[in-house]
Amino acid sequence: MAKPTVAPVMRQGKFVPWLYLLPAIIVMSIFILYPMINTVNLSFQNASGTASAETTCREGQACWGAFENYRYALTNELNTSSVKAFWDSFWVSSYGNMVKWLVGMVSGTVIIGLLFAVWVDGIKSEALAKSIIFMPMAISFVGAGVIWKFVYNYGTSQVQTGILNAIISAFGGDPVAFLSKVPLNTFMLIIVGTWMWTGFCMTLLSAAIKSIPEEIIEASRIDGATDYKIFTKIQVPIIMPTIIVVITTMVINVLKLFDIVYVMTGGNYGTNVLATRMYTEMYANSQYGRGTAIAVILILFIVPFIIMNIRRFIKEEAMR
Amino acid sequence: MISLTRGKTNKNFDLTRLLTTIGIIIILVLWLIPTIGLLVTSFRPLPLINTTGWWTALNVNNGPAAAQHPDPNASYVEKLGTRFTIDNYVDALTGYRGTKSYLTDCRSGTKPLGMNCNLSDLLNPRGMGRAFLNSIAVTLPSTILPIAIALFAAYAFSWMNFKGRYAVFAILVGLQVVPIQMTLVPVLRMFAGMGLNGTFPAVWLFHTGFGLPYAIYLLRNTMSSLPKDLFESAYLDGANHWKVFTTIILPLTTPAIASLAIYQFLWVWNDLLVSLVFLGGSKPVMTYQISNMVTSLGAGWHLLTAAAFLSMLLPMIVFFALQRYFVRGMMAGAVKG
Repeated sequence: MAKPTVAPVMRQGKFVPWLYLLPAIIVMSIFILYPMINTVNLSFQNASGTASAETTCREGQACWGAFENYRYALTNELNTSSVKAFWDSFWVSSYGNMVKWLVGMVSGTVIIGLLFAVWVDGIKSEALAKSIIFMPMAISFVGAGVIWKFVYNYGTSQVQTGILNAIISAFGGDPVAFLSKVPLNTFMLIIVGTWMWTGFCMTLLSAAIKSIPEEIIEASRIDGATDYKIFTKIQVPIIMPTIIVVITTMVINVLKLFDIVYVMTGGNYGTNVLATRMYTEMYANSQYGRGTAIAVILILFIVPFIIMNIRRFIKEEAMR
Repeated sequence: MISLTRGKTNKNFDLTRLLTTIGIIIILVLWLIPTIGLLVTSFRPLPLINTTGWWTALNVNNGPAAAQHPDPNASYVEKLGTRFTIDNYVDALTGYRGTKSYLTDCRSGTKPLGMNCNLSDLLNPRGMGRAFLNSIAVTLPSTILPIAIALFAAYAFSWMNFKGRYAVFAILVGLQVVPIQMTLVPVLRMFAGMGLNGTFPAVWLFHTGFGLPYAIYLLRNTMSSLPKDLFESAYLDGANHWKVFTTIILPLTTPAIASLAIYQFLWVWNDLLVSLVFLGGSKPVMTYQISNMVTSLGAGWHLLTAAAFLSMLLPMIVFFALQRYFVRGMMAGAVKG
């Protein structure tokens, strides 16, 4: 582990450290800090940022005053005419999809990653097997989107050239339009995300498993513990801190997710997520106010993780 | 072949071992098949792609009559030869959108629309050849700039004493997870005012800003774990910070810089959102070009698969050649972007 950082013996003015920091601070202020503040500001204004959002309210319709863009961002996709209509519209809204993505992709990547890490631990071709799972990390979401669009391809003719529909047809089933059938399509997109990110989780978890002292496993094996017992009672509890780090990392990644949905469905057929919706508002509709309001909602979901990250850092520093 | 025998044998749990082996094989197959499908398809002629599954690529007699070998008695190898082609790659690289193929058109003397049938076609704005160059032009500065700036900052954070060192670094740790979406609109408006939209510097600057928190974090962790004695003796010998930074720190940090460079390179290379917003169609990069082919042009599978594979080529080479550095760069800290 890292050795403790100590005060250097070197003489230095008050000025020199900031000289080294200056370029970084300037660039980060211009491209991260200032835009963040500006985004919050824009989210309370109209489409082009020239007047308060309140001016976009129409008479006789719901209006949240200065929070009008937030009203749009939060409620526009939802149908509040009845409880059932609300329930149905929620699950094809960007928020409902977010829930599906969070549950599906986070559990998928962590569970498959953990199982695979444990299974290949110690086999002869461990390195090769792991690089096969990790490889999708190296390619772009766009490339992965094309790969999987082809897997899901829905042939209009008699012949199915997408392998999934070919398998279904071979067993006598009817081919499925995987990417336009609600709610199946979001689930099919989640599979793509899982395919890409499992390698990341697997590598982190595998490193944690390898750090468990061999004696502990051997001792419990002599005491008659089965592989299953060792997994659930020893390995998983010991690597729990790593599992939590992996889960939070994946949650952040999923919240920001854009490319897969954009490339594969463009957010159509009820597959929108927050990031694709924001892009549509910004570009297709030139609604900067609404777009930034969605961005602010997105970061509100992420703030807890920012705080967690900083706290973890402070804890690690204290241990150095 | 993948050997699935355990190094640490444990004869008591044969059933568990069998099930584990099956589990590993299933996962590996699921992970490999989609990519193999893409690779095989990218080398098949369009009529065959649309009428037969890629998994039947070795069957030389299926598909439409027009796709059959002219001589029905030709040998298997001869027939197989006509069932694979590099035309898709040529068409994708040149951005050919005609009905036959770039090479066929050029050989028959009819120049495809807007093309010259020479190497200059590789620079066609619709093609992946041009997009490849654009991707390089975006990626190299976007990798070098943040690392260069981060090296200085990381040095200050690890080996200098100043007020607020801890607080500033804590903020930086938090900034790592700020989503790109949070800053797009204001930066876009700022760039519009400066006339930077649609130019390479716009993307360089944006990627530099967003790459910095993670780069500084990773480099600072590496630098601060270097042994203190090294610096003390150098300082006592009269070296100043600049000398220490250039002659001691930089050489010792090279492996970390390599990991970071590979990570940042792939991150920028694979990015779609930033290029889409700041460059768009004026300087199309590879990811943009492909997403455009998917979403608006509805290009055929022969072009899409070839284009996708072209865009994956460089990352794959980097990944398999420098896997250790890549994994380290990826795992070293939290998340970004």
